[in-house]
Amino acid sequence: MNKEKVRKIVLDIIAEIAPDEDFSDVKPEIRLRDQLDLDSMDFLDIVMELRKQHGIDVPEAEYRQLESLDSCADYLLPKFEAGAAA
Amino acid sequence: MKHERIVITGIGLTSPLGNDLETFRKALLAGQSGVTSFPVRNMGDLPSGVCEFEQTKYQKRKEVRVGTRAGGIGIFCAHEALLNAGLELDNLDPSRIGTYLGITEHGNVETETEVCQLFDHYDEEVKYWSHHHNPRTVANNPAGEITVNLGLTGPHYTVGAACAAGNAGIIQGVQMLRLEECDVALAGGVSESIRAYGIFAGFKSQGALATHEDPTKASRPFDRGRNGIVVSEGGCIYVLERLTDARKRGANIVAEILGYRINSDGTDYVLPNPERQEECIRQAVDNAGVNLADIDLVSSHATSTPQGDEQECKALRNVFDENSSTLINNTKSFIGHSMGAAGALELAGNLPSLEDGYAHATINVDELDPNCELPGLVMNEAIQKKDGISIILNNSFGMLGINSVLILKKFTD
Repeated sequence: MNKEKVRKIVLDIIAEIAPDEDFSDVKPEIRLRDQLDLDSMDFLDIVMELRKQHGIDVPEAEYRQLESLDSCADYLLPKFEAGAAA
Repeated sequence: MKHERIVITGIGLTSPLGNDLETFRKALLAGQSGVTSFPVRNMGDLPSGVCEFEQTKYQKRKEVRVGTRAGGIGIFCAHEALLNAGLELDNLDPSRIGTYLGITEHGNVETETEVCQLFDHYDEEVKYWSHHHNPRTVANNPAGEITVNLGLTGPHYTVGAACAAGNAGIIQGVQMLRLEECDVALAGGVSESIRAYGIFAGFKSQGALATHEDPTKASRPFDRGRNGIVVSEGGCIYVLERLTDARKRGANIVAEILGYRINSDGTDYVLPNPERQEECIRQAVDNAGVNLADIDLVSSHATSTPQGDEQECKALRNVFDENSSTLINNTKSFIGHSMGAAGALELAGNLPSLEDGYAHATINVDELDPNCELPGLVMNEAIQKKDGISIILNNSFGMLGINSVLILKKFTD
C-alpha cells in the first residue's frame, strides 16, 4: 500500500457516491468540496464506505482529515497498513 | 358555501402499462395486462406491476442513489405533469406551488433493506446502518423529494390513507387551492411497495395475495377464480388549478373536479364495510351536486380479493339499480394494485373517456362470480357509451376502513 493507492481507493469511493461528477482533473492538494459537488452527507458516505469496504473507522473528530485526496492519503495510509499487518 | 371550481390541467404518470397517458389508455382499451413476474426478496418470483420509466430523465444519478424509489416516481410524475400542463417553473412563484401526495405506506422498503443488509452482511453491527435512513423514511419523503428536485418552496406533505390515498392526495390539493394556500397543486399518489417483501408477505399471511401461473391472469376482480391482490408500483400526479387561474392563462382543461367524500367504516382493521362505502358514494354524489343517474362511469376499487370485491359490489348494487345506465369498470385487473397511486392512476386511465366515450373493461373475467354481478359491468372488452361519458365516479378504499370517492366532469362553461 502507498499514498497513490490510497488516493485511488478514495477517488473510486467518491465516484460511486457522486457518479455525475467529472473526475478527470481532481487536484490532490485542493479540498474535495472546492472542486466537486459534495455535501456533508456525501462525506458520511465516504466514511461509511471506508468502514464497509476496508474495515477502517474514522472517528467523527477526525472527519476533517478527509478534506483533500492528499490529506486522505496521509491520514489513511497508516490505517490501511495497520489493517494489512493485522 | 360556494366553492371555487377546481380543474385538472396536467397529468404525469408512470404505470405498469406505460409512462404517459396515451400509452396507458391505449393498452387499457386493448385489454392488455401490464402485470409481470418480479423477484421478491425471500419469496421468489411473484406477479407484480413494475414501472419502467427513465429515472435519470429528471434526476442526477446521485439523487437516484440518495433518494427513494417513491421519491423518484414522484419526481418523474411531477415533471411530466408540469410539462403536460404547459407550465414552466421559471414563470411561476415556487412558494405558491403545493405538493400533496397520497401514500399507502412509506419507509417499509428502506427499513427492510437496511435491516436485511445488517443481518446478511454486517453481523447486526449498527454502525453500518445508513445515515440516509431517516430522510428516506420520514413520511413526507416522496413529496419532499419533489420539492428538493424542483426547488419548490410552497407547502408539501404526504397524506397517509392506505389504498384510498390517491384520491385523498387529489382531495387535499382541491382543498388547499380553495383555501388559497397555493395557486398550483401537484396532487396525486405514489407507491414503491413492490420493493418490500413484507407487503407481499403480509397479504400472503392474510390469505389475500394473488397467485396464478400466468402473471397476466393473476389480477382478476369479480371472477370466481380470484384469489388475491397483485402488488404494483406506480405514480400519478395532477396539476390542479382554480378555474379562474386556468382560464386566465389559457390552459387546456382536462376535467373539472366536481365533488368528493372521505369517510370511515369505524368497524374493522381490514374488512371493508359496504354500508359505509355506499354512504361515501352517496355523499360524494351529493357533494358534487349531481344525481346518481348522471354518473356515466364508475371506476371500481375492487382488488381481486374474494371478500373485498363482494363487499364493494354490495355497495354498488345498492346505489346503482338494475335499470341504471351507469357503466362500471376496473383498472386493477390490468395493472394490479398500485396502492398509494391506485386512486390517482386508475382515474387517469379513465379520463380520456370524457372525450372518446369508451369505458375500458375489467379483464380476466372468465367466469363472473354471481356475488359480483353488477348492472353495467364492462367485462373483458371496452365499450362505447351511446350518449358519451360526461361524469366519472372514482372509488378508492383502504385498510382501517377509509373510503374515498371522487367525482369528475367533462369541462363545460
